[in-house]
Amino acid sequence: MTTGAATAPGGVRDAGFVSDNENYLKNSSGVLSWMFTLDHKRIGIMYLVGILTSFLGGGLLAMVIRYHLMAPGGATTISNDAYNQLFTLHGAIMVFLFIIPSIPAALGNFLVPVMLGAKDVAFPRLNLSSFYLWVGGAIFFVGALLMNGLDTGWTFYTPYSTSTDTSVVMATFGAFILGFSSIFTGLNFIVTINTMRPPGMTWFRMPLFLWATYATSIIQVLATPVLGITLLLLIAENVMHIGIFDPEFNGDPVTYQHFFWFYSHPAVYIMILPAFGIISELISVHSHKGIFGYRFIAYSSIALALLSFLVWGHHMFTSGMSSVTVVIFSALTFTVSVPSAIKVFNWVATMYKGAISLTTPMCYALAFLFLFTIGGLTGLFLGTISTDLHLHDTYFVVAHFHYVMMGGTVVSFVGGLFHWWPKMTGKMFNEAGGRISALIVFVGFNLTFLPQFLLGNQGMPRRYATYDPEFQWLHQLSSIGAFTLGIGLLVAGLVLLHSLYAGRQAPANPWGGATLEWHCTSPPPFYNFKHAPVVGDPYEFANVHYDEATDNYVFTELPRTLVPEEPVKTPTPAGGQS
Amino acid sequence: MSDHSDHGFAHPQSITTLLTVFAALVFLTIVTVVQASFHLGNWEIWIALFIASLKAALVLYFFMHLGHEKPFNILVFFSTLFFLALFLGGTLSDRNAYRNQLEPDIDEPYRSEAPAEAAETAAAME
Amino acid sequence: MANTALQADPSHDDAGHHDDHEHHENLAHHFDTYEQQFDAGKLGIWVFLVTEVLFFGGLFCAYALYRNLRPDVFAGSSEFLNTKLGAINTGVLLFSSLTMAWGVRCAQLRQHKMLAGMLAATLSCAAIFLGVKAIEYSHKWSMGLLPAGLYTYDPANPHPAGGPNYLLWICAPFAIGLLFVVGWLIIAKIKKDEFKVRVLMPLTVVFACFFVGVQLGTILESGGEGEHAAGDDHHVVAGADGHAEHGDDHAEGRADEHLEDLDQPNNLAIEKADLAGLEVLAQDQSNPGARDTLEALKRQEAVASGSVLQGDQRPVESPTEKRVTATPKQAGVFFSIYYCMTGVHAIHILAGMGVMIWLLVRATRAEFNENYFGPIDYVGLYWHLVDLIWIYLFPLLYLIGK
Ligand SMILES: [Cu+2]
Repeated sequence: MTTGAATAPGGVRDAGFVSDNENYLKNSSGVLSWMFTLDHKRIGIMYLVGILTSFLGGGLLAMVIRYHLMAPGGATTISNDAYNQLFTLHGAIMVFLFIIPSIPAALGNFLVPVMLGAKDVAFPRLNLSSFYLWVGGAIFFVGALLMNGLDTGWTFYTPYSTSTDTSVVMATFGAFILGFSSIFTGLNFIVTINTMRPPGMTWFRMPLFLWATYATSIIQVLATPVLGITLLLLIAENVMHIGIFDPEFNGDPVTYQHFFWFYSHPAVYIMILPAFGIISELISVHSHKGIFGYRFIAYSSIALALLSFLVWGHHMFTSGMSSVTVVIFSALTFTVSVPSAIKVFNWVATMYKGAISLTTPMCYALAFLFLFTIGGLTGLFLGTISTDLHLHDTYFVVAHFHYVMMGGTVVSFVGGLFHWWPKMTGKMFNEAGGRISALIVFVGFNLTFLPQFLLGNQGMPRRYATYDPEFQWLHQLSSIGAFTLGIGLLVAGLVLLHSLYAGRQAPANPWGGATLEWHCTSPPPFYNFKHAPVVGDPYEFANVHYDEATDNYVFTELPRTLVPEEPVKTPTPAGGQS
Repeated sequence: MSDHSDHGFAHPQSITTLLTVFAALVFLTIVTVVQASFHLGNWEIWIALFIASLKAALVLYFFMHLGHEKPFNILVFFSTLFFLALFLGGTLSDRNAYRNQLEPDIDEPYRSEAPAEAAETAAAME
Repeated sequence: MANTALQADPSHDDAGHHDDHEHHENLAHHFDTYEQQFDAGKLGIWVFLVTEVLFFGGLFCAYALYRNLRPDVFAGSSEFLNTKLGAINTGVLLFSSLTMAWGVRCAQLRQHKMLAGMLAATLSCAAIFLGVKAIEYSHKWSMGLLPAGLYTYDPANPHPAGGPNYLLWICAPFAIGLLFVVGWLIIAKIKKDEFKVRVLMPLTVVFACFFVGVQLGTILESGGEGEHAAGDDHHVVAGADGHAEHGDDHAEGRADEHLEDLDQPNNLAIEKADLAGLEVLAQDQSNPGARDTLEALKRQEAVASGSVLQGDQRPVESPTEKRVTATPKQAGVFFSIYYCMTGVHAIHILAGMGVMIWLLVRATRAEFNENYFGPIDYVGLYWHLVDLIWIYLFPLLYLIGK
C-alpha cells in the first residue's frame, strides 16, 4: 500500500476546501453564481429543478386526462380537440423534457464525476451549454403550448403533423434543441468516463451506475442525431413541403416512422438504462451486500445499448412494412429481453441473504423490481406480431410503456433521488414519510395501470377522449389509481422539501455505500476530491461499518485521501439540526 | 509517425505528405468527373461511391491522422459506419414493400389536371 | 483487498500540485496533465463527428430511398446542376482541408505567423465555396427549381422575369460584413492597434473572397454562350424525361383507380352496419362518445364521397397547384434533397468559419504550442469531416447520368 495517502490535511488550500462547512452549495452565492456556474453539481441541481418542474406540469396534465376519462363522454367540458392537445403535451413534456434528461442529466451530472473521483466532467462549459439548450427547448415547447398547442401525439407522425394547424414547427424545433442538449450530455459523460478515471479505477471497478450512464451516453450520441435530422426534415416539410415524408407531395410517411423510431426505440433505453444503474446501486447498498454478477450487469447494459438499435421496427408492425422486415424486427425484439432478465435475476440474487434495510430508497427499488418486471413481460406480447396486431394502439400499449417508463424509470428516479438526497443537499429526510410515499406510489401505480391492460385487451383504443360505457368501471379504477399515484408523488415531494428546512445534517455516508461519492462530505466540496481518491471495489462492504455515535457508516482499514477529513470522532447529537 | 520524444503527444506531419495527399485528392476528383461522362448504367453510382470512399480514406488517414489515433478513437469512428449501415439497411430494407402501391395513390388528387397540362407543355416544347 | 489499486499517480503525491496548475496556461483545473486534456478533447471531437455522420446519415437515407424509387427523375434533375461549379467547389474545399491540416502542423511547431496564415487561407476557401454556392442557389431559385412544394420550374419558360434578386439577398450579409471589417480595420489602423490590424487584415481578405467566389461562379455558370445553350438543352431533356415518366404514372394511376372502385363498396357496407348500432347509441344524451364517433363517420363519408372539402386540405392557394402546372412533380423531391443536403452542409461551413475566426484571433495571440494545439486539431477534424461529406455529395448530386 502506498503511503502518503493518509496525510492529506496539510494540503487544504484552495477555496473549495476551507472547512467542513464549505461545500458546493455555499462556496459562492447569488443568482449569477448559479447561472454561470461550471460546477457539475450545481448544473445537476439546476437540471433537477427544471425536470421536476416539467414532471409536475406533465403530471398535472395526466391528472386532467384521467379526470376527463371518469365518464364515457368525458367528465369535463374539455372538447375532443383539446383532449388531443392534452395527451400530446403530456407525452411530449414527459418524454422530451422530463424522462430523457431525468436520470442522466440531473442525477448523472451530479454523480458521474463524484463516483469517478474526478473534479468535474470533461467539458464543463459544454455541460452548462447543454443545460441552457434544455432551457431553450423547454421555452419552445411552452411557446408551442401558448400559441396553437400541439395535437399530433408526441411522435409527430406525418401526414397529420404536416397538415394540422397546431404549432408543430415550434414544438419540433424545441425537440430538436433538446436533442442537442441530450447529445452533449452523452458526449460529455463518454469522454469523462473514458479519460478521467483516477488511477486504480479500472473499467471493472466502476460503479454500475457509471456503466449504465456510459451505455446511455452511447445511445444518446448514436441515436439522437437521427432524431435531429428527422425533426429538421419535418420542419422543412412543414415550411416548404420537401416531399420526403408528406404523402401529399409524394413523400412517404412510413419513412418518417423509420426515421423516428430509429431514435425513439433506443431512446426508450436512454430512459430505462440509467434507471437500471440506480437500481444496481440501491439494491446493493441497502442490502449491504456486494452486487451479484457485476460483470453480467455491466455487460448487459452495453448489450442493451447495442441491441436497442436493432429493434425499432416493432413500433411499426401495422404500418405496412414488408412482412420479412416485420418478422426480423419481431425476432430481434425478443433478444432484448435476455439482458433485461439477466439484470433482474442479478438484483434478486443480490438481495438473497443480504442484510436488507427497508429504507425509502430500498422500498422504491423493490417497487421498481415488481413494476419493471410486469412492464418487461407485457412487452413480449407487443413484440409478438400476432398479438401486436390485436393490441396495437390500445390501452395495453399505454399500460405497458407506463409500467416501463413510469414504474421503471420514474420510480427508480425517485428512489435514487431519496438515496442521494442527503449527498446532494446535506439533509436527511423523514424516513417514515418516505416509506409511506413509496407505498402510496406503488399501490396507486398498479391501480392506475393494471386496469389499462384489461382495457386494451378488450379493445379500448388509446388517445380517445370518449369511450363505450362498458369500459367505464375500468377507467374509473384507473383514474382513482392515478389520483392516488399523484398523491404518493406529492407526499414524496413534500418529504424532500420538508427535509430542506427541518432535516438533520446528513453524515457523509448515511446508507453504508462503498462507492466514491460516500467518501466525500455531504454535500461535497467544490472540487469533490482534492487528490484523486483511492479506489477500491465499489461493492466491497466488509470495510464499511456502522458508527452509532454519529449515525454514520465509516470506512475502516483503508485510509482514504479525503479532504476535508471526515469528522469521525466528533459526536454530533442526532436530529435537531437548524 | 513522427518522433514522439520531440513533441510529446504532438505528431506534426511532413509537408510533402500533405501536398502529396492533396494532389491525389485532386486527381481523384478529376477521375470521378471524367468517369461520370461515360454511361455506365447501374455501375455508375457504385464507381462514384468507390472513388469518393477512396478520397474519404485519404482524408481520414492523412489529414485526420486516423492512422495514428488511439485505437479507441478509431473504434469510435468506425462504429458510426456500423450504425449508419444499420439505419440505412433497416430503412431501405422494405423500400419496395408498399411504395409501389402508395405512389399512384399519392398522385391521385392531381391526376385530373396533370395530363392536360403535360400535353400542353409537351406541345409547347415541340 | 483493493490494495492493488493504490498505485497513485506520482503527480498526486505532490501537495502543491494543484497550485502548479494555476501557472499552467490553458490547462483546465479538472485535468491533471496536458495530455489528459488533449486526449479528452480528442475523444470528444471524434464522438461529435460520429453524431455528425449520423446526422447527415438521415439525408443520405432519404437520398438513397428516392433515388432508388425514381432513378430517372434523379438523373434528369441532376442535369440542372452545373458540374463545373461543383468540381471547382470540391477543389476549393480540398485545398482548404490541406491548409487546415498544415495549420495543425504549424500549431504543433509553434509557427504562429504561418498558423494564422493557414487559418486565413482555410477561411478564404470557405468563403469562396459559399460564394460559388450563392450563384448556384440564386440561379436555381430564379428558375423555380425549388423543393417539391414550391417547385415552379416551367420548361417552356425556364428563366421567368421579375422574381426577386436572390443573389443580392444572399450577398447582402457578406457585403455588410466586409464593410464592417474594413471599417474596423481602418479605425484600428488609425489607433495603431497592432493586434487588431493583424486579425482584421486576413478577415478582410476572407470576406472579399466571398465575392471572388461569386465572380468565379458567375463566369463558370455562364461559361460562354455556347455552354449556356447546352445547359438549356439539358433542361429540355430533363423536362422530356419527366413527361415520359409522367405518362407512365398516369397509366398506373388509372389502373389503381380501378382497384379502389372495387374496394370501396365493401368498406361502405361494413360502415353502414356499424352506423345503425351507433345511431341507437348516440340517441342516449349521456353518450357523447358514440355521438362523436357517429359524426366523425358521417363526416368521413361526406369527405370520401367528395361532397365536402375537409378543412385541413389545403385549398386553392396551395403551392400544390403551382407545382402541378409546372413540370414533373417528382423532380421537386430531388431538389428538396439537394437543398437539404447542401444547405445543411453550408450551415456546417458557416459554423466552421465562425469557430475558425475565433481560432484566428487566438493564433494571432500565439496561444498554441506543442502542448496546447487541441482547439486547432479539433476544429481541423471537424473541417475535414465537412470536406468528407462534400466529397460524397459532389458525385451523388452533380454527376448522375451525365
Ligand atoms: Cu421500442
